[in-house]
Amino acid sequence: MKYRLGTWAVAATMAASPVMADLVFPSLSYRTGPYAANGIPFADGYADYFTLLNERDGGIGGVPVRVPECETGYNTEKGVECYESTKGDGALVYQPLSTGITYQLIPKATADGIPVHSMGYGRTSAKDGTVFRNIFNYPANYWDGASYAIKHLLQVNDGSLEGKKIALVYHNSAYGKEPIRTLEELSEKHGFELMLLAVDHPGQEQKSQWLQIRRERPDNVIMYGWGVMNQVAIQEAANIRFPMENFIGIWWSGSENDVRPAGAAADGYKALAFHNVGDDFPVFEDIQTYVVDAGKAAGAGDQIGTVLYNRGLYAAMLAAEAARTAQEIHGVDEITSEMMRDGMEALSITEERMTELGLPNFGPTFEVSCENHGGGGFVAMAQWSATDDQWRLISDYEQSDQDVIGPLIAEDAAAFASENNITPGCN
Amino acid sequence: MLYREAGDFSTTYPEDSQTFPIKFDRWRYYAVLFIAIFVIPFVINDYWVNSIFMPFLIYAIAAIGLNILVGYCGQVSLGTGGFMAVGAYACYKLMTAFPDVSMIFHVLLAGLITAGVGVIFGLPSLRIKGFYLAVATLAAQFFLVWLFNRVSWFYNYSASGQINAPEREVLGVLITGPNTEAWATYLFCLFFTIASAIIARNLTRGSIGRQWMAIRDMDIAAEIIGVNPLKAKLTAFAVSSFFVGISGALFFAVYLGAVEVGEVFGITKSFLVLFMIIIGGLGSIFGSFAGAAFLVLLPVLLKVIGVDLFGWPTDIVAHLNLVVVGGLIVIFLIAEPHGLAQLWRVAKEKLRLWPFPH
Repeated sequence: MKYRLGTWAVAATMAASPVMADLVFPSLSYRTGPYAANGIPFADGYADYFTLLNERDGGIGGVPVRVPECETGYNTEKGVECYESTKGDGALVYQPLSTGITYQLIPKATADGIPVHSMGYGRTSAKDGTVFRNIFNYPANYWDGASYAIKHLLQVNDGSLEGKKIALVYHNSAYGKEPIRTLEELSEKHGFELMLLAVDHPGQEQKSQWLQIRRERPDNVIMYGWGVMNQVAIQEAANIRFPMENFIGIWWSGSENDVRPAGAAADGYKALAFHNVGDDFPVFEDIQTYVVDAGKAAGAGDQIGTVLYNRGLYAAMLAAEAARTAQEIHGVDEITSEMMRDGMEALSITEERMTELGLPNFGPTFEVSCENHGGGGFVAMAQWSATDDQWRLISDYEQSDQDVIGPLIAEDAAAFASENNITPGCN
Repeated sequence: MLYREAGDFSTTYPEDSQTFPIKFDRWRYYAVLFIAIFVIPFVINDYWVNSIFMPFLIYAIAAIGLNILVGYCGQVSLGTGGFMAVGAYACYKLMTAFPDVSMIFHVLLAGLITAGVGVIFGLPSLRIKGFYLAVATLAAQFFLVWLFNRVSWFYNYSASGQINAPEREVLGVLITGPNTEAWATYLFCLFFTIASAIIARNLTRGSIGRQWMAIRDMDIAAEIIGVNPLKAKLTAFAVSSFFVGISGALFFAVYLGAVEVGEVFGITKSFLVLFMIIIGGLGSIFGSFAGAAFLVLLPVLLKVIGVDLFGWPTDIVAHLNLVVVGGLIVIFLIAEPHGLAQLWRVAKEKLRLWPFPH
């Protein structure tokens, strides 16, 4: 009897230990709560791309991919629970799609040796890979976004913003506060006046902020919003007849969900982008054949080709490419999270590779290195056309003002390093 | 049969007035403590401590704190989230200002600071009660969250407005930061939970607890028999905020490690802790534990059953969780207004007669 109990115990531990047969990319998604409208398409795109790889290519380098999904509701406590419950599974990389959860995971994941890819969100100074060894935020970060928005305004205003007034409407959280430092530096450099307007979570109530905008009449409004806050802001802007072409959102405030509720009034609203829009790419045909027609699409399957679906797909593509790079570097198919980290650090996205993947001209080309975990900071501008009901890129990918951002990143990373006793370095 | 008073003779007053007068109860209590202190730390891993034990222990402290105010003293409070934030930010400022001091003192001091803030916000309770007091404490909730968002001194002028717990230790063992061991954080929280429960239990059955209950049951009558409402109400606010502050400090420093005040200590947190004591049972220490366990474990349990076992979509399970928790609150309020603690009491009554009920 005792012997049998022992075998049971052994069998149980064997069943509980991580199965290394597949590559695990946990998806910390949110399909519920005030940010669900934005969380759903991203999670669908993330899952669908991996399903496509499994169905079409048999996974990455012949190893099947598994995407366990965990609902966070954009809530940091649930995010921690999700991280703890999935990390033992052999998780390769985390993409929490929440700046709050990213801040939670930066120390935890670094201690556990699991990389975090906060694509276009999270802590901006993670770009400094010598301090943030396990954190990546390529291809662009919040400060690139802020800087490029100002660059765009400079182009529109014939190279001078002297005496202009620019308002920042931001989500009153770590996310929304990120660009303030950069914008303050830029306002000194270019001589415009900066006006800060915080919107509290979740952001359905913005009457007073927009009343203030109506009263003070800033020339331009930049918005760092997310979830229901975006829709409300665009509606409020329409209500006070703020000219939409002077209203620029960060990439998290530029999806179909955000502009459609305001109808025709949203026409001309601009948003930043670090990847292309629409479904006019060869990879979408494959997704149709292998994923949608096979009945394997994630969620309701109605998000394909939307801005945030594309972003999820882009995130999955970058993760898959990093995994492939890791397989090449280490010569093993079943990579671990440490190898994945090396792969992410050696990632190089070229135009040829994107074309091969069926995503020609989908995003900027960039290379990741130990010193630079953030890519080149190339950002484009997109504009909403209410009449055609679609987003369109209205510029090429242009680099943000690295002269301003570089020192800020170095300063913030150095502060983090000294707070946490990290010796910056590449080993 | 086992659970009975018969044959259990008390020969001294302390024996007669102990918390668990029935032998079986007492041994069960010792067994729980023994397992919690000497068994669980050796088998615990990161997942269990971060997803289940730590939230349970910390919410239990918060629930004990709120239960003293609402359950024992009858002063309705919706400011729990704000007071937890005070504890968290006090702990953060202390941790960063005095890095060499043991975490135990930081957490205790954070509790004391919160007690002070609680007394200030408790002052209106001398003039107003019921719904009006609830609204006053609601104002505290929003004011405190706004304050910690607005004044950058509280978050040491960090660009993101977040507070991050640096690595701090107790007796050479890391308690905060990412490199902690599961057993260390567990035992640290367990220590505070047990201490809080023992202190709360003894306060509530002593003279001060009786004053609180007199105020709760009828404040005018209490005043006539000589209870000083100023003292009773303000001590209730102070003691309650002390425990809530400790739980906030632990919640930030040990459990989450990084906190954004609006999201973590928002109004939903106040309601969550209030639901805990309503479901657990107002005016009961055991109820605080039962309520905390119920609301911490239920979502995890539903997730494990729904997502891991049946493979349902995650959003369905998340919505189901809201439906189930909401439904249970309604059912409890109708079927058993005194909460899980009352069920436990009834079960004990029945056990005493078992197996020969009249």
